[in-house]
Amino acid sequence: MTMASLWFWIVAVMVTAYAVLDGFDLGAGAIYLIAAKEPDERRKILRAIGPVWDGNEVWLLAAGATLYFAFPRLYASSFSGFYLPLMMVLWLLMLRAIGIEFRAHVESAMWQEFFDVVFSVSSILLAVFFGAALGNVVRGVPLDSSGYFFEPLWTNFRLGAQTGILDWYTVLIGVVSLVTLTAHGSYYVALKTDADLSRRARGFALLCWPLQFFLTCSGFVATYFIRPAILANYEKHSVGLLVPVVVVASLGAMLWANPSGREKLAFAASCFYIAGMLVGAAFALYPVVLPARDQQYDLTIHNTAAGSHGLAVGLMWWALGAALAVAYFVFVYRKFRGKVELGEGHY
Amino acid sequence: MDSALLVHRLHFAFTATFHYLFPQLTMGLALLIVVLKTIGLRRNDPVYNESARFWGKIFGINFVLGVVTGIPMEFQFGTNWSHFSLFAGGVIGQTLAMEGMFAFFLESAFLGLFLYGEKRLSPRAHWLSAVAVFAGSWLSGYFIIATDAFMQHPAGYLQAPDGTVQLASFWALVLNPWAGWQYAHNMTGAAITGAFVMASIGAFYLLDGKWTEHARIFVKVGVIAGCLFSILQIFPTGDAQGKQVADHQPVTLAAMEGLFQGQPKAPLVIVGQPNDQQGKIDNPIEVPGMLSMLTYKRWNAHVQGLDAFPKQDWPGNIPLLYYSYHIMVGLGTLFVAVMVVSAFLLWRGWLFQARWMLWILMLSAPFPYIANTAGWMTAELGRQPWLVYGLMRTEDGYSKAVSAGNGMFTLLGFMGMYTVLSILFLFLLRREIELGPVAGHELNPMKAAEAR
Repeated sequence: MTMASLWFWIVAVMVTAYAVLDGFDLGAGAIYLIAAKEPDERRKILRAIGPVWDGNEVWLLAAGATLYFAFPRLYASSFSGFYLPLMMVLWLLMLRAIGIEFRAHVESAMWQEFFDVVFSVSSILLAVFFGAALGNVVRGVPLDSSGYFFEPLWTNFRLGAQTGILDWYTVLIGVVSLVTLTAHGSYYVALKTDADLSRRARGFALLCWPLQFFLTCSGFVATYFIRPAILANYEKHSVGLLVPVVVVASLGAMLWANPSGREKLAFAASCFYIAGMLVGAAFALYPVVLPARDQQYDLTIHNTAAGSHGLAVGLMWWALGAALAVAYFVFVYRKFRGKVELGEGHY
Repeated sequence: MDSALLVHRLHFAFTATFHYLFPQLTMGLALLIVVLKTIGLRRNDPVYNESARFWGKIFGINFVLGVVTGIPMEFQFGTNWSHFSLFAGGVIGQTLAMEGMFAFFLESAFLGLFLYGEKRLSPRAHWLSAVAVFAGSWLSGYFIIATDAFMQHPAGYLQAPDGTVQLASFWALVLNPWAGWQYAHNMTGAAITGAFVMASIGAFYLLDGKWTEHARIFVKVGVIAGCLFSILQIFPTGDAQGKQVADHQPVTLAAMEGLFQGQPKAPLVIVGQPNDQQGKIDNPIEVPGMLSMLTYKRWNAHVQGLDAFPKQDWPGNIPLLYYSYHIMVGLGTLFVAVMVVSAFLLWRGWLFQARWMLWILMLSAPFPYIANTAGWMTAELGRQPWLVYGLMRTEDGYSKAVSAGNGMFTLLGFMGMYTVLSILFLFLLRREIELGPVAGHELNPMKAAEAR
């Protein structure tokens, strides 16, 4: 495997880690207003994600910076091309962070109600935006010979030569993402809380399951319809067949584990489902990193990677940094393990 | 100037300036909180522990704003400066990605433990989490400075055939000599902000007759740290940073000092307005020979003026650069004066009764923010017209795909968003100050007591 391929998979794994980790706190935000009725229940949800959400979000930053370092041309082209939605994502991330962190500073029902809505709505919108972003990458963007593009927010919702951020396909993937993360967050809340709240979260996850199943199938069909080449890598490398196996098995595991009260297994299955979907998408795209509507302008790992010396050196510190990061995560999640209790501390 | 270029420059400058209001305090406070926690642990003194907890809350509010305003900085390299990212990403991507891997993970993991895990951890482990947060935030500062150092004084790179720069030597990049002094100068600046803010709130409590036991600790720690770092700020770090500029960016030095004509026995302009049309300083008050002395340690050394360089290599906005630099230096001098006098009064045991000095300390809090901002403006305006010194001009680096209109739209969006954040920030800060160090540490003491 070449250096550029290795970094392709490193970035893919980091994005996957982000989706699995921040995914559950985004999902917890999505069900927050409906699943948690009492102020104490809301505090429980916040306490379940409070000590970890910021660390989870660092995976997004670290993945972005790693992308910058390993594939500067991809970073330059995609970040300027997706300018408008990225700025909106930034604003939503801000609102969401202050929703979580500033809510508990004032003991006033109105203050907290306001930030409850800020937190939940921004979580829902972020889940949709991230899905739509993935949809854009899979669908391809109007790159030209300059290696750059600029997408408006929408054009006519069809897949023409000049696409917008939103069209029927990216909206569909946005909905897939929202439902997936809502289920993911529900499993997490069920795992981390008790009594009525936990039961309600399980009920939410149960409701999500058929939707998730239906959307997984239609997402696949739609993707095949707009980009038949997605199966090429799977035909070439049979190891890719693990992906549908993981996805189907984890869907099955969720369906079985959730009603029977196996909260850990259900949450773990949801993690595997998300990882399977994202790794599957990366596997299908490889070695393309950002497809163009006109195939000759595709950005691939070959025409976007940084110099090989830099990539080789980066491997050293990246391995060290990743090992440290995993160690911190294990430590922190162990410290805050078990069901949350109210009483002491913040949130 | 091309309007898209102007918009993208303002976009980055505005978001960076606003962002840095928070990290300069959190980096400074992280150090002081470690000091408070260490003393609290060693003496087993609850007042020190309560003080650390109080400042932990102030730190927490600032940290959240530092995080949310920091994420756009990382994004903007790609969104607004994509041609620069393509050009230099192979090099500065290293330091930026290292910041994520080494600093952000460390900081974010241990901040939660530090702020909310005190009851789950032993006192020593909780102290360690404070040290980890401090280490993370100061490490983060280093990677950013190393990135900026590459833009100020490129090192460790080679020019690739496709026109980009790529990494040639990792250690030359990470240990760029420019970064060492700039980091020291910047971090003493952050420590000054932390010290002044701590002393300021302590002075407020003393003047108001509230929380006096804690307030004395705030003032004491703030004044001792403030005195130490204000002096370090000027010597050796400021002096060495100035020398670095003189050696590697002589045209920048000339513009900062308003020296239009090169000369031996160059004077130091204390006050005066640069007139870049006529190429002279209006209404100057100068110290003859002083600039030569400060720069080369000889009274009659020749200092190059702006006239020694082609006009297209002059920093674009000389008056703004000159004023930023003079404001930074002027305030830095005042900080030494304020803190040395306060330290003297503290040593004599008069400070807590000296209301006039407490008033000065209380009202001084905004000025380190101004000085730090002016310092960064000096560094970055002084780098102009280069984006990467000598390698890429600013006008070649912005995102050509993003129009001025779209840039203006999001700039206005940020301005609106940051106005909201500012109002929330001031509101919450005032609230924490009002609640004070003991009632403030539990959000609802009644409820917390019941639960125990």
